Parts: sequence; C-alpha cells; structure tokens
Amino acid sequence: MAKQPNKQDPETTGHSWDGIEEFNNPLPRWWLWTFYATIFWGIIYTIAYPAWPLVNKATAGLLGYSTRAEVANDIQSFADANAEIEAKLAAADLTTVSDDPELQSYARNAGAAVFRTNCSQCHGSGAAGSKGYPNLLDDDWLWGGDIEAIAHTVRHGIRNETDEAHYSQMPAFGEILSDEEIAQAVAYVQKLSGQDADAALAAAGETVFLDNCAACHMEDGTGDRAQGAPNLTDAIWLYGGDEATLTETITNSRFGVMPAWGPRLSDAEVNAVAAYVHQLGGGE
Amino acid sequence: MWDYLKLAILGLTALLAAIAANYARDLAYQVHAIIIMLVASGVFLWTLRQTEEPKPAAEQGYADGVIRAGVIATCFWGVTGFLVGTWIAFQLAFPALNFELFNGAGNFGRLRPLHTSAVIFAFGGNALIATSFYVVQRTSAARLWGGNLGWFVFWGYQLFIVLAATGYLLGATQSKEYAEPEWYVDLWLTVVWLAYLAVFMGTIIRRKEPHIYVANWFYLSFIVTVAMLHVVNNLSLPVSIFGSKSVQVFAGVQDAMTQWWYGHNAVGFFLTAGFLGMMYYFVPKQAERPVYSYKLSIIHFWALIFLYIWAGPHHLHYTALPDWAGTLGMVFSVILWMPSWGGMINGLMTLSGAWDKLRTDPVIRMMVISIGFYGMSTFEGPMMSIRAVNSLSHYTDWTIGHVHSGALGWNGMITFGALYFLVPKLWQRERLYSLALVNWHFWLATIGIILYAASMWVTGIMEGLMWREVDANGFLVNSFADTVAAKFPMYVVRALGGVMFLSGALVMCYNLWMTVRSQPAKATAMAPAE
Repeated sequence: MAKQPNKQDPETTGHSWDGIEEFNNPLPRWWLWTFYATIFWGIIYTIAYPAWPLVNKATAGLLGYSTRAEVANDIQSFADANAEIEAKLAAADLTTVSDDPELQSYARNAGAAVFRTNCSQCHGSGAAGSKGYPNLLDDDWLWGGDIEAIAHTVRHGIRNETDEAHYSQMPAFGEILSDEEIAQAVAYVQKLSGQDADAALAAAGETVFLDNCAACHMEDGTGDRAQGAPNLTDAIWLYGGDEATLTETITNSRFGVMPAWGPRLSDAEVNAVAAYVHQLGGGE
Repeated sequence: MWDYLKLAILGLTALLAAIAANYARDLAYQVHAIIIMLVASGVFLWTLRQTEEPKPAAEQGYADGVIRAGVIATCFWGVTGFLVGTWIAFQLAFPALNFELFNGAGNFGRLRPLHTSAVIFAFGGNALIATSFYVVQRTSAARLWGGNLGWFVFWGYQLFIVLAATGYLLGATQSKEYAEPEWYVDLWLTVVWLAYLAVFMGTIIRRKEPHIYVANWFYLSFIVTVAMLHVVNNLSLPVSIFGSKSVQVFAGVQDAMTQWWYGHNAVGFFLTAGFLGMMYYFVPKQAERPVYSYKLSIIHFWALIFLYIWAGPHHLHYTALPDWAGTLGMVFSVILWMPSWGGMINGLMTLSGAWDKLRTDPVIRMMVISIGFYGMSTFEGPMMSIRAVNSLSHYTDWTIGHVHSGALGWNGMITFGALYFLVPKLWQRERLYSLALVNWHFWLATIGIILYAASMWVTGIMEGLMWREVDANGFLVNSFADTVAAKFPMYVVRALGGVMFLSGALVMCYNLWMTVRSQPAKATAMAPAE
C-alpha cells in the first residue's frame, strides 16, 4: 500500500484501489526473452511436426513424424529381430523345446511376458494363485501337468463357451444329500487329507463318499485328471479344506471358468506360456 | 408483486419436484427431487412470512454478510474435502478399507469424485466466490450489485454442491472427470453461475474507480470462461425427464477432446486465473506494498487467457486424438510457461522492499509459499505436456503429484492466506487469535505437501519406468500387479502427508473460530454493518 514508499521506489501508475497501487516496472528482460524463445521454438516445432489443421487434413510436418508410426516401428523392430525364433517356436514340438537351450530361454522370457499380461490377473504375478485360481508353482494339476496338457488348457480353457474347452460339472449336493450326510462327507474328506475330524462322522461319511463322490474323485480320493476332479488326499486346496468351506463346496458345488486363449494369442505365444508355466516348478 | 412472483415460482418448483420424486426412475434422482422439494417449500414458507411485512431500510456500504457465509462454507468444505481425500489415500494403500458394509457408496470409485469436487468446486469455488465478492466491492468502491442476488448465488451454489455430492454417493455420474454431475445439476449450476456473473459485472459497472483493478480482470475471465466451458462440455440428452442418466452429445474422440478442453481450462481458469485474482488483491494488501509491475500484469493476463484455451489436447497424447492436435496442445502449453510465471513474478516481487515481513508475518509466509508452489507446478505442467515426457508420466501417479502440488500448495495456501486476512476484517476483530497457530498450520501444510508431492514423484516415475521396461527380446518385464505392489510404501507416505495437511486445516479452523469468538471487537468506526 506504499504508506511509506522507499526512496528508491519506481514510479507508480498513479491509480489506487482500496489502497493498492501498482509500480510501472518494465517487463523483466529474462522473462521477456524466455517468452520470445518459447514462441520461436513453438513456430519451429509446428513446422517440423504435424500441427496446423487445414481444410481436409493437417500439415504433416517436415520430419514426417507420427506417434502411430513410432510405436509400429518399435514393435516391428522387435518382430523382425525375433521372427526366426518365433517361427521355430510356433512350429515346435513342445516336448522337445527343453532340448534347445536357445529356444527354451526365448520361450521362457516370452511366456513370462504373456503370463504377466494375460494370466497374472487371476493366477497372480508370481503364479501362486489364490482362492479359486490354482497355484501353478506346485505339482498338483487339475487337468494334467505335462507341457502338452498345459498348452491344451491354455488354448481352450476350462468350462467356457468353446467346444474344445475342458468340461465337467460337480453336482450341488445340497439338493441330493441331507445336511447330516453332507457333514459326514465333509468329515471324511478332512480325514482323507490327514486333518483332524470327528471319527464317528468320518466313518459314516465313507459310505456317503463312496456312493456319491468316488465316481469322479476315485475311491481313494486321489481325483481324476480326465474330469478335472481334484485330488482330495493332499493338503492343497483350490477353495479351502476347512469345514465351512468344504460344506459350502459340497452343498453348492463350484464352477471355475478359464477363458480360451487360443483365439486371443498366437500359436507361438501359447507355446511360450505353456513352456513358462511348465518350468515354474511342477511341470511333468 | 415481486414477492408473489417468487411464491409462485417456489410453489411450482416444490410441486414439480414432488411429482418428479414420485415418478423417479432411479434412487439418486428421487433423493434429489426430494431435496429440491424440501428446499423449495422451505424457502416458500420463509418468503410467505416476509410478504407484506415492512421491509427494513436498504443497507448501505459493503455487503459483507454473504462473504462471511462464504468464509464459513470455505472452511467447512475444505475440511470435508481434505478428510475424504485422506481417507481415499488410505483406501489406496489398504484396499480393505473399501468396506462391503457401505454397499458400494463408500468405495474409492464413488468417493474419489466426491473428494475432487469437494476440494475444487466446494472449497475452491466458495473461496473464489467469497473473495471475489470482497475484492470487487473494495476495488470498485461500490456495494455488491443486485441486492440479495449475492445470497442467491451463495445458497444456490451450496445446493449445487449438495446435489453433486449426494449424486456421486448414490451412483449418478456422467463419467466426465471434474464434470461428473448429471444434467439437471448442470442446468442448476448454469442458472447460479449466470447470477454470479451478473452480480460481479453489475458491481464492476457501478464502480467509482476510473479503472478496473487487475484482480477483477482475472476474476471476470474465470467467471466468463467457466460458464462457457461448463455449458459446452455438459451438452447432453437426458434418457428420461424422470431419471438422472443422460447421453453426451459428442461421441468418441470428439467427446474426449471436449472433455479435456474443459478439464484443462477448469485448471486454467478456475484454479489459475481465479486464484490469481485472489493473489493480486491479498498479497499487496498483506504486504502493504504496491504491485510490482502493471505492464507485466497486463501482458501476462492476456497471454495467459489466450494460450490456456489451446492446451487441453496435451491430456490426450498417444490416444485416438490426431497428432496435429496433440502437437498444438503441447506447443501452446510450453509457450504458456512464461505467462504463468508472470503471475509468480508479480506476486513475489511485490514483496521487494518488504522481505523482512517473511520473518515476522506467517500469513505472508503462507502466501509466498503458495506463489512458490504456483511457480513450480506451472513449470512442471508445460514440461509434462511435452510428448516424450508425457509418454513416461501419463497415467502414473506423477500426474496426481503434479495436481496436488498445485492444488494443495497454490490453491490451498493462497486461500488460507486470504482467510487469515479476511476473518479479522469481516468480523471486525483487532487481529487473529494466534499467530503461533498460523505458524503451526504453515509447517503442517508445507511438510504435508512435500511428503505428498515427493512420494508421488517417486512412485509415478517408478511405475512409468516399470511399465515400459522390456527385455532384450522386447518382452515386458513387469506385470501391472508388480507395479501396484511396489507403490505401497509411497502410498502410505502420501496418506500421511494428507493427514498433516488436514491437521493444518483443522488448526486454522480453530484459530479462525477463536478469532471471532474471543477477540474483542474493534472499537466503533466499524465497517458498515450487514
């Protein structure tokens, strides 16, 4: 408000609003020249790059630059570099990929990238799975763990709309068995997998199991890969092995779905991700 | 006569709102219709009781009552917006905080627009309306034009905020960032905003000063441009007159371009031009020094408003938007750098000859750091608009950090400074309750912003680098979930920064409350009473 203007103060414009005055200082030179420089740069840049809209299209710029071309070139350069080994992988007999160190290394890296982009959402970025999504690091396989079987599962998926998908359906036993029978079956399954269970219930459950479950899970409970029926004698559970979860599973059943990746991925990519999953630890 | 017309309009509104509530096709619309019905019938009764009563003599002097209300609303919505922001920051770090109990309404997706609208439109908007009413009266030496129209603007704007906020929680959104409210809320805001323009313009026209002060240029450009942006970006057709859902008039990339033309100029004219108006009044007043350069203010004003309007396409690099539009957006953003800094120079250099006040006056310190953050984010913005930088920064938390160094640092701090200036004046108190508490607020807010911005720079650049990392064969190295997991520690730091900023705002509210409550009123010779 310049109540006591300093001696060296410059001129003001002579107006005062509610006590506010304005000095008539010139534009700072560095400010002005930087402003000019950005304008000059802007003119040059818009000549060099696509910029000014005309009647039918915009100026293309002297450099012929395009963001789409930039990305396409990037992708193409890797595609060219990988073309030979990519063709080899697409045509490879999967069981022999591990005999060729170069192909195996390429497939593993490519498969890891495919996995992170497409599979990690359900199976986890480390492939350890989560409830309802199988862990791919162990040797417990629902539909087969050799490399061909893994590739088949990736390509066609499980319980989806495509014809070649793995398919099986567990009945919802809540409509078939009484609550007591379900409780007996739960206790028997817990005993099968080495957990503590009520001995009387489990003994009664054996009959229930043999009558209703053994057709798919086998008489000894070790499951059947042809039907995707899990092994019930180990400590690995897709949904959980505690009493509440088992009761839920038997009563309402489960219906895990995996998409068919064949239509979305190239043959080389399916082979690569099969090789990647196969070497994670449990491949047969 | 005028009272009867008002009664007719209010009664009809209440009736139509009741009918709309009855036929409502969705919950948000129904709740809104009921709110409108209650508000209209409440105001109807109030007007009815006043009708034919002897009117009090018309008030003279400045209209400060509406500004006092605006100051209270600014504090209230500020704390609300900061609180929701801090909460959703914790939700990002700890997703379990998205409780199932709230059935969706308490999830990040619903709360995030509540946070952004609360801080930008409720806190920032109320601060702009209140300070512009204060500044335009003082610098025009004229009472606010339009009688009670100023009060209509205030209460109409609060109704807009309530409709917008409840709409988000109930799931009504047109899914345009910073323009989420649905069609009828947009129409209401248009009415309120035109009334705001009329009050502001009317006061300027009635001014007793020969010239219009620079702060008013900025306020006026903000009001006019926001009206234009709001109307064009919200052009849409309601699916039903009795439902909240509407369909945008523009489609595809045209819609995206319109949205970011709006979105960027909301930053440019709401958060930059409007708040520069605030700065141009409160900084020279608090520093008691003349503005540094009239020439600079006029050049940077016109350059700023001419250039800003072009910059929107830089939000759409590497998308379906044609390259030429992206180039123009980027070039104009870079040229905008110096015009933006003109405001910073004028703000900071106004202190030349009064730098010692930084030591003694924490309110000045607050204003200076806000100008500092303004300068930093208006350098960072043009840099991030450059295509090559944007290819790294876009979609990352760097953008979030950039926005918050501007919003918390510049908009927040200059508003706090203005509030500390205004409250003693508006309530005729000798001085603030406690300068020590202002100092506490200053440090809590500053350290909070630094924690926020620094953690977002680190995590933003990290995730940008992780996303683009490929191995020798060109294969991606990281999954998206890996980048999310890597960000966790920075998310916790960011949330702590939010806690500090919120605590500072609470300290301010206490300080202002105590200023009004326990400071003695100034002896006589008060400003004209409202």
